Amino acid sequence: MASAIPDRALIAGIGQTEFSRNSGRSELQLAAEASLAALDDAGLEPADVDGMVTYTLDSSGELELMRIVGVKELSYYSRAPYGGAATCAVVMHAAAAIAAGAANVVLIYRAFNERSGRRFGLPQGPAQVSPSGSFWWRWYIPFGLDTPAKWAALHFQRYMHAYGVTNEDFGHYSVACRSYAAANPNAYFYQRPITLEEHQNSRWIVEPVLRLLDCCQESDGGVALVITGRERARDLRRPPARIAAAAQCALWGGDIVSDYYHDDIAGMPEIGAIGRQLWTQSGLRPRDIQAAMLYDHFSPIVFMHLEEFGFCGRGEARDFIQSGNIGPGGSLPVNTHGGLLGEAYIHGVNHINEAVRQLRGAAVNQVSDVEHVLVSAGMSGLILGRWS
Amino acid sequence: MKRTAPLITRDDQFFWDGVAAGELRLQRCARCNRMRHPPAPVCPFCHSLDWRVDRASGRGTLYSYVIPRHTPIESGGDPVVVALIELEEGARLVSNLSGAAIDEIRNGMPVEVFFADFENGLRLHQFRPARR
Repeated sequence: MASAIPDRALIAGIGQTEFSRNSGRSELQLAAEASLAALDDAGLEPADVDGMVTYTLDSSGELELMRIVGVKELSYYSRAPYGGAATCAVVMHAAAAIAAGAANVVLIYRAFNERSGRRFGLPQGPAQVSPSGSFWWRWYIPFGLDTPAKWAALHFQRYMHAYGVTNEDFGHYSVACRSYAAANPNAYFYQRPITLEEHQNSRWIVEPVLRLLDCCQESDGGVALVITGRERARDLRRPPARIAAAAQCALWGGDIVSDYYHDDIAGMPEIGAIGRQLWTQSGLRPRDIQAAMLYDHFSPIVFMHLEEFGFCGRGEARDFIQSGNIGPGGSLPVNTHGGLLGEAYIHGVNHINEAVRQLRGAAVNQVSDVEHVLVSAGMSGLILGRWS
Repeated sequence: MKRTAPLITRDDQFFWDGVAAGELRLQRCARCNRMRHPPAPVCPFCHSLDWRVDRASGRGTLYSYVIPRHTPIESGGDPVVVALIELEEGARLVSNLSGAAIDEIRNGMPVEVFFADFENGLRLHQFRPARR
């Protein structure tokens, strides 16, 4: 059955707070600031909003956010689970609601004090490991496998083994995204490019996979998006982005940040499944994409994205990256804001804002002639198109 | 050595009872005979609710491994190696590898189970290089 999602909805507005290590204010305030900025960007009012979507992990309730920004009546609200896997799922939920007539203007928000408040990178105790909410992590904690970096690294080591990839190879991505970040005033690594030598001298976090500079920054901040139907395009303040495709997936035997059970874990089959949906929905192919925003909590996953989407063959991401394809002027600039490694870790949603800036021609590291941008978070993905 | 005790659910109580008894137990469907791990109350292949427990041989190979450098586990000086083990019965499970020098650790190396006692009466399954 053909999806009803493609090209029915638009990203009408984007908003964000500053990204920092200590916001000095509540997560609810961050959510409100980002939401009001996104509505202002779209030229819409809180009273226009009739739908809301966020992450299951977000601490700001829909009713609370409605009350403080002045949203009057919702006809649709939903949440997407599994942490950063929700990055593009929230847009899919909103686009599906609009395509179904369940809402007309959907506000998406994600805001947290993830550095100054509850840090994701610290060891997780049993209290955070509910059987329903975090799947099989309870099987890992007793063995010292108790942080996202460790969970992910045990998966990535198999990729390194399969294709002879080294940590230095990962370093080339780490350097590339920091060079974009160095030009981005919103980025943690603004004016701080790094060298491969600095990457190789940074301390091991999880040997032999992840050094410090392979890991994203725990960050405070908020990001918001406004999604509307395409018939609203003329009412908007800024050029919108077309939602050419939006997909979510889960696969039998899959797990979150710890994909140990698929027959072959030298890749991430979920990304391949997302790719098949996105290419089918949009009718596009990898060569039609001018820039990609790829979830990069840790540098190795970018390699899996590039391979699973077919931008290069299996095991070829190392050469693809070292040949300069993802850098300025390359065939596929990746994470042009600096990514989660270089800009900030706002749970992935800051990738979508950058995709919209690229399509508007308003990015700090602007790619020329951008028609389509792919955004992926592993278990959810988008292809956004330029509005014309 | 301090370890965090596992969160045990009804569906995997048999596994941890086995560990306490010094056995590595795997769950097998009583109808279609297929093995499954991590434990589940229903067979994902034939949907039978009936299952039995087999004692695993404890032999397998190292499928993947990492050495966390920021770990809360006290290890008496040796680095803790977290291992993804592929048992010869086909199941993969997370554990630790000890008794191997770091530069001798290789994906695919044969390993065997043993059981170690930690603080507060916690017993865990661990792996070491297989004795030839």
